[in-house]
Amino acid sequence: MMKNWLWKTGRSAIKSMTKVKKTIQTIPQKRTPMQEQDPIARVNNFDEVTFGYNLEDAVNESSRCLDCKKPLCISGCPISINIPGFIRQIYEGNFKGAYDILSEASISPAICGRVCRQEDQCEIGCTVGKKLEPVAIGHLERWVGDMAIEKGWSNSPGIKPRGFKVGVIGSGPSGLACAADMAKAGCDVTIYEALHLPGGVLRYGIPEFRLPDMLIDAEINKLKKMGVKICCDTLVGRLFTIEQMLDEMGFNTVFIATGAGYPKFMGIPGEFLNGVLSANEFLTRCNLMNAGEFPVADTPLRLGKKVVVIGAGNTAMDATRVALRLGSEKVYCLYRRSRTESPARSEEIRHAEEEGVCFCWLTSPVEIIGDEKGSVCTIRCTMMKLGELDGSGRSRPVPISDSEYELEVDTVIYAIGTNANPIIGQTCGVKLNKWGYIETDETLQTSIPGVFAGGDIVTGAATVILAMAAGRKAASGMKRYLGIQP
Amino acid sequence: MHKIVAREDFSDVTYLLEVEHPMLAKAAKPGQFVIVRHNEQSERIPLTIADFDRQKGTITLVIQAVGKTTRQMQKDCVAGSSLAGVVGPMGVPSHIGDVKKIVCVGGGLGVAPVFPQLRSYKEKGAYAIGIVGFRNKDLIFWEDRFRRYCDDLIICTDDGSSGVKGMVTDGLRIAFEKHPDIDEVVAIGPPVMMKSCAEITRPLKVKTMVSLNPIMVDGTGMCGGCRVRVGGEMRFGCTDGPDFDGHLVDFDELMIRLGRFRDDEKLALENWSQCNKKHD
Ligand SMILES: Cc1cc2nc3c(=O)[nH]c(=O)nc-3n(C[C@H](O)[C@H](O)[C@H](O)COP(=O)(O)OP(=O)(O)OC[C@H]3O[C@@H](n4cnc5c(N)ncnc54)[C@H](O)[C@@H]3O)c2cc1C
Ligand SMILES: Cc1cc2nc3c(=O)[nH]c(=O)nc-3n(C[C@H](O)[C@H](O)[C@H](O)COP(=O)(O)OP(=O)(O)OC[C@H]3O[C@@H](n4cnc5c(N)ncnc54)[C@H](O)[C@@H]3O)c2cc1C
Ligand code: FES
Repeated sequence: MMKNWLWKTGRSAIKSMTKVKKTIQTIPQKRTPMQEQDPIARVNNFDEVTFGYNLEDAVNESSRCLDCKKPLCISGCPISINIPGFIRQIYEGNFKGAYDILSEASISPAICGRVCRQEDQCEIGCTVGKKLEPVAIGHLERWVGDMAIEKGWSNSPGIKPRGFKVGVIGSGPSGLACAADMAKAGCDVTIYEALHLPGGVLRYGIPEFRLPDMLIDAEINKLKKMGVKICCDTLVGRLFTIEQMLDEMGFNTVFIATGAGYPKFMGIPGEFLNGVLSANEFLTRCNLMNAGEFPVADTPLRLGKKVVVIGAGNTAMDATRVALRLGSEKVYCLYRRSRTESPARSEEIRHAEEEGVCFCWLTSPVEIIGDEKGSVCTIRCTMMKLGELDGSGRSRPVPISDSEYELEVDTVIYAIGTNANPIIGQTCGVKLNKWGYIETDETLQTSIPGVFAGGDIVTGAATVILAMAAGRKAASGMKRYLGIQP
Repeated sequence: MHKIVAREDFSDVTYLLEVEHPMLAKAAKPGQFVIVRHNEQSERIPLTIADFDRQKGTITLVIQAVGKTTRQMQKDCVAGSSLAGVVGPMGVPSHIGDVKKIVCVGGGLGVAPVFPQLRSYKEKGAYAIGIVGFRNKDLIFWEDRFRRYCDDLIICTDDGSSGVKGMVTDGLRIAFEKHPDIDEVVAIGPPVMMKSCAEITRPLKVKTMVSLNPIMVDGTGMCGGCRVRVGGEMRFGCTDGPDFDGHLVDFDELMIRLGRFRDDEKLALENWSQCNKKHD
């Protein structure tokens, strides 16, 4: 994780940097690599896999940015961070300045630098990337974010109380981002969270080795310092309704950010067998309830020796890698399309491969078979081939006849996506679309005036950065609704 | 932190906790449950809201000590102590329909949870028949509460030391003999008992609601661990239930799923008992 020595090395690097006009020929041709834990060591621990840049790395990588006139990286960023701007500050040795620029747009560079898909967002547009490897924007963002946490920087300029009460439902990235903006605008903000710890998927889903809990805690503490109240163990809709928040509890406006964590299954035979579980259940037991420490921690897990994870998104990668770390001997990952179509970040797939996950591309399960006690013993799969393009623009996988085979496994983990969480829809009159997601206008206001919604509960399962962007957009709408922003 | 304001022991395995949570007491409806964390290391365990007092701001839980967590709570949860977390009310409230004659059956850990439903039916004007089962007459609790709201109360004991000798299913048969005009049955208890009740009412075509107790983690629809098969379809116990039509529930599958962690539960209990012995 973040170690002090990272900041202490390489001071001299800055001095040697002469400020001449950079061109594609003069910049370092190779992207500065990020150090990682050795795969053999890391499958036995939950420490962060990547170490992050040190000062020298960061300054060196910052020198690769050409500070383009038309920065395509900015247009690729869902929250339009002034990327060349913050990188220039690093290059010039003004790290606080870099943080100031980042924090204008992002509530948590340390988190986004770790979990964003930079390769498809900012880095894909990078001019350097047309000829060489793109600038490692994510690594630099993370470096600045980590330094800010280390040094205790936070940019919440003198908050003027305005006397408005704002309620936020859900403490995932979307709720946190909205709360931060509304607190900065001088509102009295309360976040309600159903689980006993805040953070949403950042807490219960993404494991420690990819996103250390201390980073989430740092964000939460920043919010608390701004006066945001966080009430956990509070299931909105059932303990009180949104209508009650507005009518009886004195909230002027409410933001719904309850996420899409309602796991999907496939409907094939055998899904009720013991040993079949959703990735959400698996990861929640481990990340939130510490089931890896059973029986010291009370919550059991019963992870088998031979595990198959179905799906190949980030959730699936996290599930495979947690299983390995908890001692499973063989971990398969089945995906009905090929590696190219996989929705996970390429880095995650590479990491999983290095750690020993066995990928079965173009493979789909057809039946899970149990023993006489009702526990999983075998999964029957079929090979697939890619057919015509479907609605999502990807090739539709079709089964290859007579290609079925069986794998002996004792745990099956489903990571094939989620649906909308139904509780808010069941308990308030907010308008939903036909899939159960909340409908909003372009300011993210719902069918109930003063009630806004954003993140996965509006878009369906998406990304951390899009959820944060939605939280900020809703905050804008809420400020306009309250008349504190034109 | 939620303070335990009162405790009562009904037997060596059954105890009642009255817990302070004014907002929850205000919101609770019959059929709903809470998830409790005893301390920061504890498992999240679901417990039915057996009663609520909106004025006092408390909810009542009636708990059977069956494993590590419920036994640890039995030992530690004295009046004046606190629970680390109580979240709820969870689940869809029971539908208290306009029926003329209702039977509410409670067996084992279902005796207390069926009470708020019985009371609601009675308050809505139904003729309410209560059937509750215990091992023997010393283990009977809440007889007065049930009597207050029941037009007819059938107590069953395994050994016949009070009321009918036999199980609540015997009580249910007697009820149908006495009252051929029963409109609906609510049965809460161990899965085998709910299954047997549903089998009695199936040929009679009397609607029978049961309250399922699958293994849960979050109680918010997020994990899917609580999934049950009802009418051939997958439903989540926490967000679609816990009440379901007993004639459609696959009880055998539920019972197998409840055994999911049996070995771990045994280990946890053994470890805990040993630690306790050392301390005593
Ligand atoms: C395992 C996993 C790995 C992922 N990896 C990545 C990644 O690497 N990069 C990336 O960009 N994205 C990733 N994602 C996706 C990303 O985490 C989500 O898109 C994002 O968290 C959505 O944010 P949100 O705020 O909308 O909702 P969530 O993070 O889901 O938070 C919603 C919160 O609301 C709470 N809640 C729900 N209902 C209620 C209620 N009624 N009352 C009170 N509280 C309630 C929930 O308990 C939860 O804490 C991953 C997702 C998973 C599951
Ligand atoms: C909706 C609902 C309402 C309930 N209401 C009550 C009640 O009012 N009073 C009462 O005494 N009990 C109730 N239960 C059952 C109670 O939750 C379990 O007895 C308790 O979790 C056992 O925990 P333990 O550690 O003591 O025992 P363990 O040794 O862990 O388990 C004993 C048995 O309890 C079941 N169980 C274990 N963990 C869970 C879990 N997390 N969720 C559900 N079941 C589990 C398993 O079938 C297991 O075999 C309810 C369960 C549900 C789902
Ligand atoms: S308990 Fe997790 S979905 Fe029901």
